[in-house]
Amino acid sequence: MKFQPVIGLEVHVQLKTDSKIFCGCSTAFGSAPNSQTCPVCLGLPGALPVLNEKVVEFAIKAGLSTNCTIAPRNIFARKNYFYPDLPKGYQISQFEEPICQRGWLDIQVEGQEPKRIGITRIHMEEDAGKLVHGEIPGLEEGSGVDLNRACTPLLEVVSEPDLRSADEAVSYLKQLHQIVTWLGICDGNMEEGSFRCDANVSVMPVGSSTFGTRAEIKNVNSFRFVKQAIEYEIQRQIDLIEDGGRVVQETRLFDPTSGKTRSMRGKEEAHDYRYFPDPDLVPLVIDDAWVDRVRSELPELPDRMRQRFLSDYALPPYDVEVLTANRALASFFESSVELHGNPKAVSNWVMGEITRGLNDSGIPIEQCPITPRLLAELLKLIDNGTISGKIAKTVFDEMWQSGKEPQVIVEEKGLVQVSDSGAIEAIIDEILNREAGQVAEYRSGKDKLFGFFVGQIMKASKGKANPAVVNELLLKKLKG
Amino acid sequence: MELFELTIHELHEKLKAKEVSSVEVTRAMLTRIEAVEPKIGSFITVTADRALSDAAEADRRIAAGEMELLTGIPLALKDIFLTEGIKTTCGSRILHNFVPPYSATAYEKLKQQGVVLLGKLNQDEFAMGSSNESSAYGSVRNPWDTSRIPGGSSGGSATAIAARQAVATLGTDTGGSIRQPASHCGCVGLKPTYGRVSRYGVIAYASSLDQVGPMTRDATDCAVMLSAVAGHDPKDSTSVDTPVPDYRAGLTGDIRGIRIGLPREYFIAGLDPDVKASMDAAIQTYRALGAEFVDISLPHTDYAVATYYLIATAEASSNLARYDGVRFGHRAGGAENLLEMYVKSRSEGFGAEVKRRIMLGTYALSSGYYDAYYVKAQKVRTLIMNDFIQAFRNVDVMLTPVAPTPAFRLGEKLNDPLQMYLSDIFTIPVNLAGTCAISIPAGLSSERLPIGLQLIGRPFGEETILRVAHAFEQATEWHTQKADI
Repeated sequence: MKFQPVIGLEVHVQLKTDSKIFCGCSTAFGSAPNSQTCPVCLGLPGALPVLNEKVVEFAIKAGLSTNCTIAPRNIFARKNYFYPDLPKGYQISQFEEPICQRGWLDIQVEGQEPKRIGITRIHMEEDAGKLVHGEIPGLEEGSGVDLNRACTPLLEVVSEPDLRSADEAVSYLKQLHQIVTWLGICDGNMEEGSFRCDANVSVMPVGSSTFGTRAEIKNVNSFRFVKQAIEYEIQRQIDLIEDGGRVVQETRLFDPTSGKTRSMRGKEEAHDYRYFPDPDLVPLVIDDAWVDRVRSELPELPDRMRQRFLSDYALPPYDVEVLTANRALASFFESSVELHGNPKAVSNWVMGEITRGLNDSGIPIEQCPITPRLLAELLKLIDNGTISGKIAKTVFDEMWQSGKEPQVIVEEKGLVQVSDSGAIEAIIDEILNREAGQVAEYRSGKDKLFGFFVGQIMKASKGKANPAVVNELLLKKLKG
Repeated sequence: MELFELTIHELHEKLKAKEVSSVEVTRAMLTRIEAVEPKIGSFITVTADRALSDAAEADRRIAAGEMELLTGIPLALKDIFLTEGIKTTCGSRILHNFVPPYSATAYEKLKQQGVVLLGKLNQDEFAMGSSNESSAYGSVRNPWDTSRIPGGSSGGSATAIAARQAVATLGTDTGGSIRQPASHCGCVGLKPTYGRVSRYGVIAYASSLDQVGPMTRDATDCAVMLSAVAGHDPKDSTSVDTPVPDYRAGLTGDIRGIRIGLPREYFIAGLDPDVKASMDAAIQTYRALGAEFVDISLPHTDYAVATYYLIATAEASSNLARYDGVRFGHRAGGAENLLEMYVKSRSEGFGAEVKRRIMLGTYALSSGYYDAYYVKAQKVRTLIMNDFIQAFRNVDVMLTPVAPTPAFRLGEKLNDPLQMYLSDIFTIPVNLAGTCAISIPAGLSSERLPIGLQLIGRPFGEETILRVAHAFEQATEWHTQKADI
């Protein structure tokens, strides 16, 4: 029997607000345990939550960018369960009437047709804290509770079970990751858990319309692991069914070292969360004016930008893909084009030297020492023949180090291209005299030696000779 | 008259005239507390040192001419209000060792005026109870008859007034917890409109019903206290941002032409004859003052108690989840694993009534029962609110009894929770509707037990009910009657 996997994803997106969702504490990562807490996020008696408006704005942004409807009336609910890192004994989340509903994302897996994946809902909620085991000074045994992360704002993005392969799941996830980082509402750092995903996986016989029993794989935090975990889980379920077994509904964990998933808890231990509207928070009303204002502040989204880059700049699809990988890079490119005017030349430099420089020094484009203006200046020097493309790379490296203007570097180092035919002719004569033997060989038909002469001449001119002039004069001389 | 017998407004004049210092008044109060406390048990914690230093500070302030109405006035707070650095137990063993790192907004506002804190008052555990018999720190006794209950859950707040152990107090009212003990102890107790006073720093019982309010000797003091604590608090989303009137200025004594509604569902057959007689007398008094009476109906009254016990317990089951022994409060020893630690800590920490309500609320919210109980209760709550909206189209205030009977005896209803729950039958609908109501002394029973009268106002109609209450005081002497203790 052939099987068809059915996959739905629940993605937790940590929002990049300065303060927490229900109090004013900082959301910065990595501070000393419990240093970023107050009565509210500690869940102390008497403390009350107050909603951070920025979170709502970020949620509306996410919703509008994923084709969702924004709910005019929002209720926060309490999700009740006991856990040591859950200070109030409940998590404030949304249950009925989430802020964003019924959206979609278009994904494309290489070699396949584009596909539309439904988004059931996006809701706002608070994160829990974390338990620290065994590394606490002064605590011989037992565990500590760090509540710095408690009350950090999250969006939970729930997809429809529309995904049919691990590749589709990864494509959807990457798409979503790009959107939330593009919007600037999430730092996208998967290692720190800012973007993490639960995958619901089931299999059914091909042609069936009834979904199989699903297993939920919790908290997978890299694209690679998502692919591995889903592929493993699909195969595990198929093997199980083929061996006459039955898939049970359960929660599973993915172990990156073994590449396998294992059972965490079964359905019989499933919680009854006793959701009910949180009486400490009044209903949140989002009127059209608010939605319109947020919409007007949205940046151009990657999909639209790609279309525009293809049509307006006539760039190859590969270039467009690379340049729109993130918003800062795309904007760097566009600013440079605006100042210089030749999209393809700029694209080559951005994809080439700039990207290499960033990779080598491990910094993001926002911190690139060469600004779009400096890059445009450099390209202008090539265009007007002041320097050759080759010299330009030397100048580029110097600019990266010193941040100086390209003209200054060219002058300081005497890198101006020599186009004066008299000067170049002298160099050519010198080389041809020195290499009389090779000249004879060339003239007897060994055309390949032309490159050798050019090389020698460029070397003698320290790269400053205008290659076009060199070519022209050399050919003339060799032909005698 | 002894210093400890004066009202806020009387003391204020004396302090202002420098006839007496806050330290002198405070000493008088502390001596009085010491004298009657063994018979009553109003306090869980007496903060004598704090009171004297507050008083000294208040005297400096008065000397500097920076006096406000409450400067130097000795007050006490129900132990449900967080007080930074002062043990706050909420009447529960689970918080027997809890010293909060911050203070409730209501107390902060009083502090800004320079009040003197005498201590923290006994109450039913987590404000759950109608008799003050569920405190982990022992029952409070009614100063009028120490074999009787003072009412709950703000029992300590009421007895401290009645026994002249504090000039004024703050309580909280979820289903009648200010008005019912005020009625039983012969003092004035106001439950403001939901959202009028911040709940920040007040330990939650049922968040959608809880409201902070003053308990005082008379309506004037009540107005002063309400003006001090009311208003929007950015730390409480449910607190309402509407201006706070000068409630005292509204006490004109003139209520001619005011329309008072008598909801027929509140004058039922089983009403205690003394209570009934007091209501009748009060109606005569108001008629004489020029008020008009209108018969009205609140048709869903019968469902109020059931609705209340579903909503309040549902919220309580969630609000009390944080008392798990993990981070503060009581933690049981000897647990083998996490679940056992939770179970033991909560089993040891909570009393019977609290456990009963957590169980009830957990059940009402659990899947399979949620629609039948919680959701249904919310729908009925809306009907009850609509009853009030409808009725207030025709009247300015409503007049009802506060409790069906005067204070009953300690232990009398302890083993019959349903009977106990019915003692809040006339106060609960007001909390469900979210509006305001005041209890004022309106008579004494044949056994010389206080009988309270309830005036229910429109949402944010505190000015009106205070004015109507004050007019009654002007015409009668009930608020000046004293417990013989």
